[in-house]
Amino acid sequence: MKRIAPRSTLTAVLLLISGTALAAGAKVPLDQAQTDLGNMASIQRGAALYVNYCQGCHSAEYMLYSRLAEDLELTEEQVERNLILTGAKIGEPMVSTMDPADATVWFGAPAPDLSVIARSRGVDWLYTYLRSFYVDPNRPIGWNNTVLANASMPHVLWQLQGIQEPVFETQTDETGVSKEVLVDLKLATPGAQTEAEYDRTIRDLVTYLEYQSEPAKLKRESMGVWVLLYLALFTFLAYLLKLEFWRDVH
Amino acid sequence: MKQPQGPIMRTATGLLHWTDQRLPVISFWNKHLGEYWAPKNFNMWYFFGSLALLVLVNQLLTGIWLTMHYKPDANEAFASVEYIMRDVPWGWLVRYMHSTGASAFFVVVYLHMFRALIYGSYRAPRELIWIFGMLIFLVLMAEAFMGYVLPWGQMSYWGAQVIISLFGAIPVIGEGLTEWIRGDYLVSDATLNRFFALHVVALPLALVALVVLHLAALHEVGSNNPDGVDIKKHKDEKGKPLDGIAFHPYYTVKDLVGVGFFGLIFAFIIFFAPEMGGWFLEHDNFVPANPLVTPEHIKPVWYFTPYYAMLRAIPDKLFGVIVMGAAVVILFFLPWLDRSKVRSIRYKGWISKTMLALFVVSFLILGWLGAQSGSTTQTLMARIFTVFYFAFFLTMPWWSAIDKTKPVPERVTE
Amino acid sequence: MSSDGVNKGRRRLLTGTVSVVGGLGVVGAAVPFLQMWQPSARARAAGAPIEVVIDKLEPGQMLQAEWRGQPIWVVRRTQEMLDALPGLRENLRDPDSDNTEQQPGYAQNEYRSVQPDLLVLIGICTHLGCSPKYVPEVEPQPFDADWKGGFFCPCHNSRFDMAGRVYGGVPAPSNLRVPPYTFVDATRIVVGIGPEGAVS
Repeated sequence: MKRIAPRSTLTAVLLLISGTALAAGAKVPLDQAQTDLGNMASIQRGAALYVNYCQGCHSAEYMLYSRLAEDLELTEEQVERNLILTGAKIGEPMVSTMDPADATVWFGAPAPDLSVIARSRGVDWLYTYLRSFYVDPNRPIGWNNTVLANASMPHVLWQLQGIQEPVFETQTDETGVSKEVLVDLKLATPGAQTEAEYDRTIRDLVTYLEYQSEPAKLKRESMGVWVLLYLALFTFLAYLLKLEFWRDVH
Repeated sequence: MKQPQGPIMRTATGLLHWTDQRLPVISFWNKHLGEYWAPKNFNMWYFFGSLALLVLVNQLLTGIWLTMHYKPDANEAFASVEYIMRDVPWGWLVRYMHSTGASAFFVVVYLHMFRALIYGSYRAPRELIWIFGMLIFLVLMAEAFMGYVLPWGQMSYWGAQVIISLFGAIPVIGEGLTEWIRGDYLVSDATLNRFFALHVVALPLALVALVVLHLAALHEVGSNNPDGVDIKKHKDEKGKPLDGIAFHPYYTVKDLVGVGFFGLIFAFIIFFAPEMGGWFLEHDNFVPANPLVTPEHIKPVWYFTPYYAMLRAIPDKLFGVIVMGAAVVILFFLPWLDRSKVRSIRYKGWISKTMLALFVVSFLILGWLGAQSGSTTQTLMARIFTVFYFAFFLTMPWWSAIDKTKPVPERVTE
Repeated sequence: MSSDGVNKGRRRLLTGTVSVVGGLGVVGAAVPFLQMWQPSARARAAGAPIEVVIDKLEPGQMLQAEWRGQPIWVVRRTQEMLDALPGLRENLRDPDSDNTEQQPGYAQNEYRSVQPDLLVLIGICTHLGCSPKYVPEVEPQPFDADWKGGFFCPCHNSRFDMAGRVYGGVPAPSNLRVPPYTFVDATRIVVGIGPEGAVS
């Protein structure tokens, strides 16, 4: 039984009611990210990882640094000192310094903007994707990914995770054609972190991306509780009023 | 019951009197609320009319506020929506109220229409109410579609592309027509700009006007009720129907309870699941519009999926479009298709009940199919249920006439 | 249907309670709509304090900067300009800057400035929002034969002295506004924030 973060329990229940969660473009089974936006330390660690490892190539055009300071319970000085690595000012958006033209030359395509990536891809996809890189000498950048085949993104975090190699198995289908199929990834060269540590690192990063995709999420759920309590009170009083007036009718 | 009045009350009464001599305030109030005699046996199905009005007001208010920050420009639209979601104070809340409100509108309107279906509220003398309601439904569909284009994400863009292309199926003029609608050779800034104008000005005006007509027609002939009996047949000496009660205060206080329950569900979605797992806000719409790349799985928002399933089920472009259009148009003729001796399902026989149940099931399944990728089995299912959808209406004159009915009481039941 | 045995008190109490609770809900729901008109995070970031470098500013000269879309004037006044200020008292509407709305506390003094020679003003006329002209020359002007130098608004002929104080008998009601500002060092000031973070 997997633990579901308490803050998202209500959402999870609702998703069950509404049928399937429509994860965009998922073809491989995804691991559950189990992010928890109530864990501020996790978001902060994720933010540090993000500016160090992601922002070199990726922009988050719609996210202002000043918003980061406000939401992550940091002073503007702390953000300027620790999270602004591009020389930007506090009121500016979190854009990468990489020229999109350079990116096209180096990786074949400009790195996509990550402002709302957790909303288009979903946190589980990101969590699985960032843990599924493997070495592939056939790719120009030397890396491939089981979640997004032939991704043009290199494994930026390989020093933390280590190097994964693909495990192939020869499978024969009904027509008797044999084919090499990638069935698993194994850690060939260990990285600076153990597997559990690396999973936590990625969870922090994905938690941050979830926050970045919808900063209002930090407060909307706690605010929602009060709105629902108010509406419950109003409905109860309105019901009493209705009963009182309808004595005339019955 | 005269009570001693203070100076404030006296002034207020004086002002009301002064105004009433110049504008029919009191008679308007009485005609539509204070002395509008509604049947006393309304059940919970009767909440959805006033709720539709509430959602309309919500959409108008939040919509006006969103236009204050939104930019109808192909280069800025997506960014301006994110700007509203992040940088504008409370922008996220007002945007979610609007996006959730769009889906809520269809939930409420579909349930409102179902109420009319089960209690025969479209039958004479209420045909015009039904027709105005259907026109509201049509305008609402156009309004929702154009509103969905405005965030200018991938689904906005490709949804617009697909829907506009439907007009291309019309022989001879089709191609010129699609170009005229888009104002360009592809869906572009020109399209976005005109959809914005229609979404925020033209269609809301039409919608409000039709709602006024819908209510004016309703208040002229009076409300139907779950028994489908005519309460005007039995009146007291003052001309008030014996089974009627004043809309205000009895139904205003009752509707407040409905508003409360609706508000609880509405607020729950806004605050805890505004995307509704991808049903209200689709994942692909968080990717900016890209005219060169179509999303892998393109589907309309849930409220259009039944019709979309019909469109996909037909292996011919023109015929598919005709079927989809006919699925909506056929509803207009409902008042003349139903030949039953009674209005309400309560007094209809097993044939009517079975047909209606099957109709609801096929509508829901078509809705589900429209959201799926469309495998061979699913296409077959879609065809079967499309056939039944039309069969329900086209054979109605026959089965509604031969179905055995129960005697309808003279007065409403409790 | 009858109204016999209606508990009027209970009915009135419930109606009142629902009206009050519902009314509070409407007020609460109005708050987001009203606050949505406040400057957005982007506008606030764009309206952040600005730095003005003043080392090249010669006595008698004015430089113009922009803060929150408003012209900010920085004038290095000459000794003559400063000496002329006390003599104008009789002609001014608010010679002692008693209207505290028009300047921060630390600029409510004889010269309306932190450092006597350096005048910092928001260059918007307090009448109807035009931007007045800097007319430092002490010589007869078409609008004032006895002009002692200052600012003149061409829109409706309001006149201000070299401390931004309004003359009597003109349409402008109050002195030109002094924005919050603070010295970083001798050559730089920051406009938009007062000393020790005071906002006004």
